[in-house]
Amino acid sequence: MITKITHTCIYVLNQDSAYDFYVNKLGFKVHTDAPMGEGARWLTVTPPQQPELEITLFLVAEGGMFDKETVQTMTTLIKKGTFGAAVFTCKDLLATYEELKSKEVVFKKLPTKEFYGFEALFIDDSGNWFSLAQTNP
Amino acid sequence: MEQYEKIYLYKRIVRAKLFIDDHYSDNIDLDNISDQAHFSKFHFIRLFKSIYGSTPNNYLIKVRMDKAKILLAKGHSVLETSNMVGFDSPTSFTGMFKKISGQTPSTFQREQDFKRNAMQSNPLLFVPNCFAETHGWTK
Repeated sequence: MITKITHTCIYVLNQDSAYDFYVNKLGFKVHTDAPMGEGARWLTVTPPQQPELEITLFLVAEGGMFDKETVQTMTTLIKKGTFGAAVFTCKDLLATYEELKSKEVVFKKLPTKEFYGFEALFIDDSGNWFSLAQTNP
Repeated sequence: MEQYEKIYLYKRIVRAKLFIDDHYSDNIDLDNISDQAHFSKFHFIRLFKSIYGSTPNNYLIKVRMDKAKILLAKGHSVLETSNMVGFDSPTSFTGMFKKISGQTPSTFQREQDFKRNAMQSNPLLFVPNCFAETHGWTK
């Protein structure tokens, strides 16, 4: 029986920039930031109130499972906004939207009433998009 | 019209929250914060709590403790950290840190030092093997 997700992965195009976005703009916490040699880096962050879920900010770069062609394809698709990476929730969408907007986070969908609550869409510094939801109590 | 008023209200509360985020190291109190949002203290506390789930004062403490953890993990002394997160004395800082975190700043720092050293000397301890293998980090 599967019980939990402990690690999940978001493909990013620059780990320094992703660090700034997820930590300084979204307010996530750094869980692990370990050098893996030859410029590689294992970087995971956790949502502010979910310290047990590590989100790996996985660099799309040549080496390991990525050859040059895969890197080019992934880079194009990420920049194009192909990948929806997660649904985040918050207590108050309008306040969170105002805060993130003031930190220059780009929204693709303004806060909108849906049958389950409210939803907005934003993109990260690479181009991955996320739903930000406030569900009905 | 009502919608515009609501958005305006939200902007002011968010501005106050960001004020705390930016000025946690200063000697700010509730009056500073409610002034920043142009509210009466009572109205401000009620609205802030309805949006963020804690009072402005408790939120300020939380921000200070979160920042303190980052500073301690980077190797700042307890005294330095205490000053840098807006406490008048290391004693009151240590008391608050222990109350919130369940351990003293020194103990927390020792644990973080241990983790940081382990990350440097044996980073594979922190990476699930499937990721390490696909990256060729296990060879």
